[in-house]
Amino acid sequence: MMDVGLGHYLVVSAILLVLGIFGIFLNRKNVIVILMAIELILLAVNLNFVAFSAAHADLAGQVMAMLVLTVAAAEAAIGLAIVVIYFRNRGSIQVEDVNLMKG
Amino acid sequence: MITAILFYIFAAILLVSAAMVVSARNPVHSVLFLILAFFNAAALFLIAGAEFLAMILVIVYVGAVAVLFLFVVMMLDVDFAELRGGFQRYLPVGATVGVVLFVELAAVLGGWKLAPGAVQLRMSPMPSGLSNTEALGRVLYTDYVFLFQTAGLILLVAMIGAIVLTLRDRKTSRHQNIQRQLDRKVTETLQMMSLSLGAGTTASGGYLHPKEPEAEPVEEHADAGGHGHGH
Repeated sequence: MMDVGLGHYLVVSAILLVLGIFGIFLNRKNVIVILMAIELILLAVNLNFVAFSAAHADLAGQVMAMLVLTVAAAEAAIGLAIVVIYFRNRGSIQVEDVNLMKG
Repeated sequence: MITAILFYIFAAILLVSAAMVVSARNPVHSVLFLILAFFNAAALFLIAGAEFLAMILVIVYVGAVAVLFLFVVMMLDVDFAELRGGFQRYLPVGATVGVVLFVELAAVLGGWKLAPGAVQLRMSPMPSGLSNTEALGRVLYTDYVFLFQTAGLILLVAMIGAIVLTLRDRKTSRHQNIQRQLDRKVTETLQMMSLSLGAGTTASGGYLHPKEPEAEPVEEHADAGGHGHGH
């Protein structure tokens, strides 16, 4: 059913998830790279879903992966809209200044 | 065999480009490496047999999300070199968290095995003799139709949210003022002029358009023939 074992996919996905979380810590000031790191994390989730779906010959995992894809696209759109409007108001995208926005 | 080699090649490129995404000096390079990572993830999906999701990944991620990122990175005039500050400072804590998380995941992966009866508990088993797209379509619009509509709702909310957030009123833009449109009087828009024969409006003093709204109230006999007024 699968030419490559499930374990290989899980290892790749785990490394991808760790890289995404590492990226969030590494680029604490740059919102755009943080959003990209979140995309990487969601990609790792998708890889897990698809790998399990293929290993068990169960289509439910692929349907869930589609939902994750939708959520990732929506999150990217909203996040980038917030970045744009924040830059328009403050002229920078420093994450540390965001707490100045609290009402 | 050839599939395994391809898997390792694609997985290696995926991981290297993911590492470059989080560590590239220039955010434009980050976005380009993100696109490369998505392409390789799509290849991994193809190897796993999820052809439809692989194509969707290329279309949605590369065609929409990555282009959106590229657009925003290039549109914002940000001094990205300044944002790089603290890179060395956050490196140890990030590396620590990453290593701890990876060790935990490795521990989970090492002691993990499938329950004996798990294969009998499949939600929607893959039908044989159907392509991946057709099989996915058969379950997506029947068993998972609620999920499908939820996904649509999420996209609608995201669309409305993005529009509401970024729409702004410019001073120069011309909007329809419905209040003013409804309050409009006849005298503001229509003017009866008696012109002498053979002469244009220039002869009778000219005609200025648009006509300035008059301060004097509407005369009562303007709508003669109508029903009676209140006073």
